[in-house]
Amino acid sequence: MDNSPLLSVEDLHVTYHTPTGLVQAVKGVSFDLGREKLGIVGESGSGKSQTGRAILGLTAPGGVVRAKRLEFDGINLLHADQRTLRRVRGGGISMIMQDPKYSLNPVMTVGKQIEEAFLVHSNDSKAEARRRTLEMLRAVRIREPERVYEAYPHEVSGGMGQRIMIAMMMMPEPSIIIADEPTSALDVTVQLQVLAVLDDMISERGMGLIFISHDLNLIASFCDRILIMYGGQVMEECRAAELAQAKHPYTRGLLDCLPRLDGAREELAVLQRDPVWLETRGGSQ
Amino acid sequence: MIDIRGLDVVFGRGQQAFHAVRDVSLAVEAGQSFGLVGESGSGKTTVLRALAGLLDRVATVSGHMAVADEILQQHRSRAFRRRVQMVFQDPYGSLHPRHTVDTILAEPARVHGLDRIEQRVVEALEEVGLDASFRFRYPHQISGGQRQRVSVARALITEPDIVLLDEPTSALDVSVQAEVLNLLMRLKREYGLTYVLVSHNLAVVAHMCETLSVMQNGAIVETMSVQQLRAHNSTMPYTRQLLTASLGYDRGAIDAFEEFGQ
Amino acid sequence: MSALTLRGWLLAESPASKAQARCQRLFIGWLAFRRNPVAVIGLLIIVSLVLIALLAPWLTLNAALEPDLANRLIPPGSQHWFGTDELGRDILDRIIWGSRITLYIVGLVSIIVVPIGLLIGVVAGYVGGWVDNVLMRLTDIFLAFPRLILAMALVAALGPGLENAVLAIALTTWSPFARIARAEALTIRNSDFILAARMQGVSTAGILARHVAPLCMSSVIVRLTLDMAGIILTAAGLGFLGLGAQPPTPEWGAMISLGRQYLIDQWWVPTMPGIAILVVSLGFNLLGDGLRDVFDPKSGGG
Repeated sequence: MDNSPLLSVEDLHVTYHTPTGLVQAVKGVSFDLGREKLGIVGESGSGKSQTGRAILGLTAPGGVVRAKRLEFDGINLLHADQRTLRRVRGGGISMIMQDPKYSLNPVMTVGKQIEEAFLVHSNDSKAEARRRTLEMLRAVRIREPERVYEAYPHEVSGGMGQRIMIAMMMMPEPSIIIADEPTSALDVTVQLQVLAVLDDMISERGMGLIFISHDLNLIASFCDRILIMYGGQVMEECRAAELAQAKHPYTRGLLDCLPRLDGAREELAVLQRDPVWLETRGGSQ
Repeated sequence: MIDIRGLDVVFGRGQQAFHAVRDVSLAVEAGQSFGLVGESGSGKTTVLRALAGLLDRVATVSGHMAVADEILQQHRSRAFRRRVQMVFQDPYGSLHPRHTVDTILAEPARVHGLDRIEQRVVEALEEVGLDASFRFRYPHQISGGQRQRVSVARALITEPDIVLLDEPTSALDVSVQAEVLNLLMRLKREYGLTYVLVSHNLAVVAHMCETLSVMQNGAIVETMSVQQLRAHNSTMPYTRQLLTASLGYDRGAIDAFEEFGQ
Repeated sequence: MSALTLRGWLLAESPASKAQARCQRLFIGWLAFRRNPVAVIGLLIIVSLVLIALLAPWLTLNAALEPDLANRLIPPGSQHWFGTDELGRDILDRIIWGSRITLYIVGLVSIIVVPIGLLIGVVAGYVGGWVDNVLMRLTDIFLAFPRLILAMALVAALGPGLENAVLAIALTTWSPFARIARAEALTIRNSDFILAARMQGVSTAGILARHVAPLCMSSVIVRLTLDMAGIILTAAGLGFLGLGAQPPTPEWGAMISLGRQYLIDQWWVPTMPGIAILVVSLGFNLLGDGLRDVFDPKSGGG
């Protein structure tokens, strides 16, 4: 496996023109993604979801995406035509979102949806699609794949729904998965089980993962590298194992204000927002 | 202060009956913070709502419940409605979208015939750290954290003894959560409040409560002190699994997870 | 207060009183409404209707109810812009006076229909159970009546006249509003803010009046404006059948009825009031559409 990055993002900007003025959702975000699990953590409004969507060209209408570089597999995603973008979405870069209730089609069986995801990117027969679908359902550790194949989305639990989403997104064999709060709607034990499935698949296939979440602890324990975002910019970048030694006051503030199972029971440290953090910076350090 | 014995809550009837809470018993001393922990579907919120008397027409509630020596009947008394208040999970849904903050805060005062309503409203806002400029704003004009503060202010207006907290910070950003939790702790100390806190977040419960019950599938699995929780001192496999899971992602530990079914 | 400070007051971030907060909300709603040119046209039509009705005594030249047989059936021209009818009365004047009647009908029906529909719908939706069943069956019964037939029956019982026509229209119009209010109440009743109100000990009546009903108002108002055209046409229809306003009242429907025999050779006699009805109905429809767009939660107005 070569060591060149799967995805290169340089100086990404996402700007919205609203009746009340310009809103800069993402202001100059840069990072490379290799065959690793990269976590992007931030609070609401930090721009983390917007970053994920901009990569796939899924920014809401009205948003303008600019970047010095947005490159995947040698393709410049900013200037690619619709056909190339369609090929990249799903086949190159795939996305898993928060609530399977809203991302799975409620009137189609699970099996049919996954097959569809497969057939969009390949010319195989339906029989082959079915075989692959069942295989993928097994790979995400669903115990009775034939039964789930025939089921409708509302008949499966949240955790299973997310595993189905993972299966669906893995079918066209992408190189990168962008997961936007994929487990936030799930119970904590189910969360971890779903992440274990994702973890195994990513390692087996040598894929890259961008994991977007607000849960600092989860990202620190799950990912390899972390980007901390605030106000549309990257405040700090560090290895997950070294999070406790983070230097940026915002990161430290976030770490300190979390209630801990083993922590003291006095007042939690409150994050003091320094307006300096919102100023546009040069690089990501 | 709060005494619940053999609480059962059933939604629906006959074939469709869903036993949300089974034979739950718990006791909360005055001035204590009691935690109810569990995953979704565990029945923890249902217990809270049953205590609050909000399940009137939607479920069959049976069992013994008493608050401050008043045995609770089908309908809650006026005294109960003044003595017991609740803060809800969703900051976006718990404030009426067409009422200003002032109207929202004045209503409980008016309903209970309190005096000096305007003064109480201003004081309540100050108490939760919001200044007078918030008084006539609508909910959609203020942030999630500020809305939760308004919810807390609303709960305080009637000078209650007990505040029921239904996942009060689950929908908030982490930094805002810290502020709201600090606020809740300060108010408890200042006014000698009794809290019943429902949460799925063990760290929050460990921070706020002295005693807690772990619920699963409508029943209480274990009741323990917060010291026991922090020491991971539990005999029940469900609790131990919950504790392990709350520490974060640990690939090895996850393989050992069991399914705790019906 | 100069225009600058008024706008500033309306857009201020922190209102200092409830009145200011309410004005602000209306202003923002107005700004959203204003963005839709077609809706503004609808509003202008209705506003014109109201102004014409108010200023009728000053806008009309001749006494509109006095016959002037020497000037029968004069075509539209410089002296009589809309021509004269079979009794020599100026049609434009009659239409102007008739606008008062149209407004009267519309106003009276609204005042009866909205409170009844809201009350029944909100109680049925919130309380549920057998109360809901009974009220909804009542609603169904009234919904099943064809408007004109019921109107005719009522008029046969009570005698012809504008008020009886209005009553008949109102009785057949309130049902959909109850349905709409009930649907909203059903959605709202399990919201956390309703539970919070119950936690506070607010009585059921208080919850219905202060919490549920205000949230149903938007849908009801939109439905009302969209139904307005139908109400006017029904009144016109009743007038056409001689069941509503009695001659010589210049009700537009009655004017069409009495003038229909002149349609071929003196087209202006029935056509002018017809156009008036068309324009006003259109105005209400456009206004209703515009209001619906404003009240839609996505636009954040209302």
